[in-house]
Amino acid sequence: MNLMLTGLNKISQDFLGRSTAATRRILVCAGTGCLVNGSLKVYEGFVQALKNSGLNAIVELKKEEEGVFVSRTGCQGFCQIGPLVTILPEGIFYTKVKPADVAEIVETTVKKGDVVERLLYVEPDTQKVCRTKDEIPFYQKQHRFVLSNCGTIDPEDINEYIASGGYKQAMKAYLEMNPEELCELIFASGLRGRGGGGFPTGRKWDVARRETNVKKYVICNGDEGDPGAFMDMGIMEGNPHSVIEGMTIAARAIEADEGFIYVRAEYPLAVKRLRKAIDDAYRVGLLGKNLFGSEDSFNLTIMEGAGAFVCGEETALIASIEGKRGMPSPKPPFPSISGLWGKPTIINNVETLSQIPLILTVGADGYRKRGTKDSPGTKTFALTGHVANSGLIEMPFGATLREIIYGVAGGMTSDTGKAVSDGFKAVQIGGPSGGCLTRDHLDLPIDFDSLKTVGAMVGSGGLVVMNKSTCMVSVARFFMQFTQHESCGKCVLCREGTKQMLALLDDIIEGRATMETLDLLEDLAAAVQKGSLCGLGKTAPNPVLSTMKHFHDEYVAHVRDKHCPTGKCKALMRLTIDEDLCKGCTLCAVKCPVGAISGEKGKPHHIDNNICRKCYICVEACKFKAIKGD
Amino acid sequence: METIRKFERVCEIIDHNQRNAARLIPILQAVQAEYRYLPEEILTFVATSLGISPARVFGVATFYSLFTLKPKGKYLIRVCNGTACHVKGSMGLYGAIVKKLGLRDGEDSTPDMLFTVETVNCLGACGLSPAMVVNDEVYGQLTPQRVSDIVDEIVLKEAQNESDAHGA
Amino acid sequence: MNGTVIFIDNKEIPIENEQNLLELIRKAGVDLPTFCYHSELSIYGACRLCMVQVEGMGLVPACSTPPTPEMKVSTNTEEIRKMRKIIVELLLANHSQNCPTCQKNTTCQLQALAKRFGITKVRFKNQLREMPPDESSPSLVRDPNKCVLCGDCVRICSEVQSVGAIDFAYRGAQTVVIPSFGKALDQVECVNCGQCARICPTGALTPKSEVDEVWKDIHNPSKVVVAQVAPAVRVAIGEMFGLPSGTTTTGQIAAALRAIGFDKIYDTSFTADLTVLEESGEFIKRVTTGDRIPQFTSCCPAWVKFVEQYYPEFVNHLSSCRSPQQMFGALAKEMLSSELNVKPEDIVVVSIMPCTAKKFEAKRPEFERDGVRDVDHVLTTQEFGRMIEEAGLHFKELGPESFHMPFGFKTGAGVIFGNSGGVSEAVLRYVSEKLTGQKHESYEFTSVRGENGIREAKLSVAGNEFTLAVVSGLGNARRALDRIRSGEAHYDFVEVMACPGGCVGGAGQPVFSDPLVRRQRTKGLYENDRMLELHKSQDNPYIAELYGTVLGEVGSHKAHELLHTSYRTRKRILDEDVSISSGDEKSLDISVCFGTSCFLKGSQKLLHDILGHIRSKGLNARVNVNASFCFEKCDKGPTIKVGSRTIEGCTIEKAIEAIKREGVALAEEVRQNV
Repeated sequence: MNLMLTGLNKISQDFLGRSTAATRRILVCAGTGCLVNGSLKVYEGFVQALKNSGLNAIVELKKEEEGVFVSRTGCQGFCQIGPLVTILPEGIFYTKVKPADVAEIVETTVKKGDVVERLLYVEPDTQKVCRTKDEIPFYQKQHRFVLSNCGTIDPEDINEYIASGGYKQAMKAYLEMNPEELCELIFASGLRGRGGGGFPTGRKWDVARRETNVKKYVICNGDEGDPGAFMDMGIMEGNPHSVIEGMTIAARAIEADEGFIYVRAEYPLAVKRLRKAIDDAYRVGLLGKNLFGSEDSFNLTIMEGAGAFVCGEETALIASIEGKRGMPSPKPPFPSISGLWGKPTIINNVETLSQIPLILTVGADGYRKRGTKDSPGTKTFALTGHVANSGLIEMPFGATLREIIYGVAGGMTSDTGKAVSDGFKAVQIGGPSGGCLTRDHLDLPIDFDSLKTVGAMVGSGGLVVMNKSTCMVSVARFFMQFTQHESCGKCVLCREGTKQMLALLDDIIEGRATMETLDLLEDLAAAVQKGSLCGLGKTAPNPVLSTMKHFHDEYVAHVRDKHCPTGKCKALMRLTIDEDLCKGCTLCAVKCPVGAISGEKGKPHHIDNNICRKCYICVEACKFKAIKGD
Repeated sequence: METIRKFERVCEIIDHNQRNAARLIPILQAVQAEYRYLPEEILTFVATSLGISPARVFGVATFYSLFTLKPKGKYLIRVCNGTACHVKGSMGLYGAIVKKLGLRDGEDSTPDMLFTVETVNCLGACGLSPAMVVNDEVYGQLTPQRVSDIVDEIVLKEAQNESDAHGA
Repeated sequence: MNGTVIFIDNKEIPIENEQNLLELIRKAGVDLPTFCYHSELSIYGACRLCMVQVEGMGLVPACSTPPTPEMKVSTNTEEIRKMRKIIVELLLANHSQNCPTCQKNTTCQLQALAKRFGITKVRFKNQLREMPPDESSPSLVRDPNKCVLCGDCVRICSEVQSVGAIDFAYRGAQTVVIPSFGKALDQVECVNCGQCARICPTGALTPKSEVDEVWKDIHNPSKVVVAQVAPAVRVAIGEMFGLPSGTTTTGQIAAALRAIGFDKIYDTSFTADLTVLEESGEFIKRVTTGDRIPQFTSCCPAWVKFVEQYYPEFVNHLSSCRSPQQMFGALAKEMLSSELNVKPEDIVVVSIMPCTAKKFEAKRPEFERDGVRDVDHVLTTQEFGRMIEEAGLHFKELGPESFHMPFGFKTGAGVIFGNSGGVSEAVLRYVSEKLTGQKHESYEFTSVRGENGIREAKLSVAGNEFTLAVVSGLGNARRALDRIRSGEAHYDFVEVMACPGGCVGGAGQPVFSDPLVRRQRTKGLYENDRMLELHKSQDNPYIAELYGTVLGEVGSHKAHELLHTSYRTRKRILDEDVSISSGDEKSLDISVCFGTSCFLKGSQKLLHDILGHIRSKGLNARVNVNASFCFEKCDKGPTIKVGSRTIEGCTIEKAIEAIKREGVALAEEVRQNV
């Protein structure tokens, strides 16, 4: 029975044994963000520089040997200061490392153990120099649980995952627990689906478990389509085996023998790493037949999406795996009862599944130590917008927006990126499905239920922080345009409704709206929200409804006064020519396609705003920057 | 000979996927990787081989945004318009490329089929917004000037390849 | 669940076998609006019109919500009212606004809902992107500007008919229902059954009208316009004039045709009787020699096209008999010319049919002699109804009149042709007497009647055991054919009608969605049979006379000339060859068929070998190689074409030999031209 344990232990001990002789380890972040910034060149630079200075560069830990172990890791979240390099054992953390810096790091840090000061992170507010990751507020103020291994292990090395305790929980699930116990444990942990809805995972599993069908499926939903959210990408790239282990446990819990990971095709690196992870798991015997010596088998296939946000909706995702158009179907029947090919199927999101091994490790009570009573655990967020620090973060449920914005994110910035003390206007949480939160919600503990009460939702976990120069009508329009473009076109309310909502928002932004437009928009939004077939349609009006609720005055200003308070809506701007700056060169008058500009040569010109079409050709043409809008 | 190789590859792709209609999407992905688009007659062939109606194949091919029924330029530029990039002015980048390439309304490819420009929802490179990807290479923290330079670099590289080829 | 109740608008309703709330709500007498729910199709849930309030659940779509005991449902709240209005307004804002000129004017469900919900103004901007209607098909018109994307047509075409000629394409607001690659309907595998048009709630799919052409001929004094009326028309047209479904109106039809200006009025049931004799004759011959058994009926043109394009190996199992419509056309042109002393080209044959595929059938190239079509125009029941309206006739009040002789005389056997099972029964009435040589008193063979899409009957006639299958709906036909092909099923005779329930449920009939309507029409035809004096085709005295004077005997040479036809295999999709390799300007064309049948017989390997041969001989510049999708020689695949030669059952050796021979010929031709 314990053959498998010996097997796992052996892999683990071998790995650890081999690593002891390495004097140092260099971790180069190879998440999508750092790769874009050229971290691959940095990695190659290290291998070369080590050789150049006579050191043995170990890129793969095959045997016990002296030298420096160089690895590529998954995303560490703080992409804006990448490429990131960590030198172990000290944990010295270098930022914005260029290939040109590599030789110096090898000489100074790897050889001598000293730091290269200029590459350390400096806290903008306090000018504090941070030697290690833990000293940086961005990391200090997070609670990295699911992401704890992201950035510290080599995601392409199954041995390292096993050495860090990986697949032990899967083995426990197959050898020491029965399906019912597993479902009970997950239910007791209070884990809720991280894909958006927050449905209790244990209950979902238990429904599928109770089905007597012989054939069942487990699907991992990695179709992270929210524009601006990349948490699942971070996990799939940084710790792919945690997802596979979670799926293996889920398969045991419902007695499924086949699984699919559905990944967005826009994430080529995640696909590559998952493929490698699956191949490795098969090779070691952690996927396939007779898992851990049991009678059970579990086979896993990757399916790449083909560009459809709606496939994040579970019935659409199933249709897509079946080779059809990704159009959702009515529920009931729920997939747990009748899913892929009409068989019981559970679909869990990447982040949900990667928590499963952790829950088995710490137990239900241990898990509940994080987060709130009804939303235990942590949540990852993709933090962007007008804040000093953006990136991939993880917080326990119950944390407030204030903690995130003024703690982790380091406060607000202006449009040009300068720190501002009183710049906060709103946060859009949950992407196109979510809603808008304001200053009044800064101290609201964030969890599944609290957000619903204020018309928002955890959704995908996108967190866009906006400063005071942001036009909320335009924000609503941006998300509306997104959902309208991504509507599958099946149900009338979503297909036609989002199209008309977008048209009404355009009317508002372009000065054609009346106060009735607002009423109609609200009625239509309510109908789309209540009546659409799937989650995409039902949540599509959230950005509009929440901005209408919290920033009603801003809408009224657009509609009644034909004025955009932030000056962002071009069509509502009034252009004027600064008489002091205008030299009377006539260029603007010549270029104006509608003849709205008049004036004598050599004297200041004027714009008739009743004729002006706001094409901004004059603004571009003026060499003296004399034409301004407000 | 190129077309022969491609067609034999299509047959291989279909065989590799066990002629299983459920594998339609992976099949189309592989076919597109081969042709860089989905030619109509190949789709009809795929439908025939899988025993499903061509209308269904057409329906799937037009549903997903990564499938294209029109040939694309040698360089496919996809400007990210995810939230983070949008906030940081991605549509300005898009406009700059369109202007630089002299594309007219409704056009997405240059007449010489060197470039095709599109937008994409999110590349997951939000920390480096605004971003774009040219074929497989991602560029981050872009400005209109920088994208214009990138286009110039490609044009120059192509011109050099051309003259090298003639020189040889 | 039985024995429990739910509450609909506070009314207690027992749950019987209903699968969803919508059925229960309808049972409660509330006409819940919907576009996309049909009991015969899968649940789609797209129109959102059937949303109801359920206590504890909020708003749910009634179509996909199963009832649970004690559920409290409200169908008419303020919220629901508002939502329905918005839905209809949204659809109208994306819809063509030319209601008065639409084929579906007054029968359109969108129009009806707009009226019902009191919509007097659409608050949204019209955002319709105008697209040209597709009028390529002889049977149907597809107007995307009137489509509400309920998907009924898509589902009936694939789920019920297993054809899938149209499907959704594109996404979101760009979504359309369209044939593959946006091709015209006559270029794809559409079999013209028109079930899509029958189920379409708006004017997006409609039978193609030939009314104007018919009026033109009627008003042309040099033309003699002859009508033939199909059996199923007489039990359905009354619906358009307020009569209950299934009411027989044969006499009124004759009166209306006369009033409209038709010169002669005949009954397709007469040629149905004739079909019975010819088809039975063929059957007895084939079954006794074991030749191409099972024999398939050939009355239904949609079924015939279906076999031609999907089951080439079964094409020669189709009875060679023309359909009654085409037998009538051929006979009319042959006989009436001398009888009425008019030139054949001045005789205009107009069929009144329950069917859209008959329009396609009439235009098949086989059915024309010396440039004169056997049938000139085909009107659907609906179109005929519209002519009656246009002529200002009060159909209900018309005094019954009779048909002209001889082609107006029929037996009950010819009338039940309109029902699924009717052809089989009529054949049995003939075969049972023919084989026993005895007259029988009884004439009904109820074992072939019924509602199931595939029915089997075993009969013993004069010591012979016959197994019959009666099939309606092409999806059922596909299942039956697959079972025959695999050897799971053995039949001697298979009757297929493309429309569920047979011609009574044809797409040319007055629009209906309740299956009860079809049931009543079926009943109407059987009653018709009982009311008639004669019930067996062989008893029709005019048929006997026809054989005596013109045809000779059953299956004679003359009968073959006028009453039989041949079929062909056909491509499903036109113009879709894949160019594999192209040589210089003057090179040899080689095409390898990759149609399903050839593909299964090894065309892929053959192509590979041919390409290998070409490469090894260095012939690249001198040949063009194509993969084609059907040479319509499917029974003898793999088929290739080298130059102008078609080679069936091709092997690599045969191919090389042909390439050599044709290559030499081509080289010679080039040399001479130089």
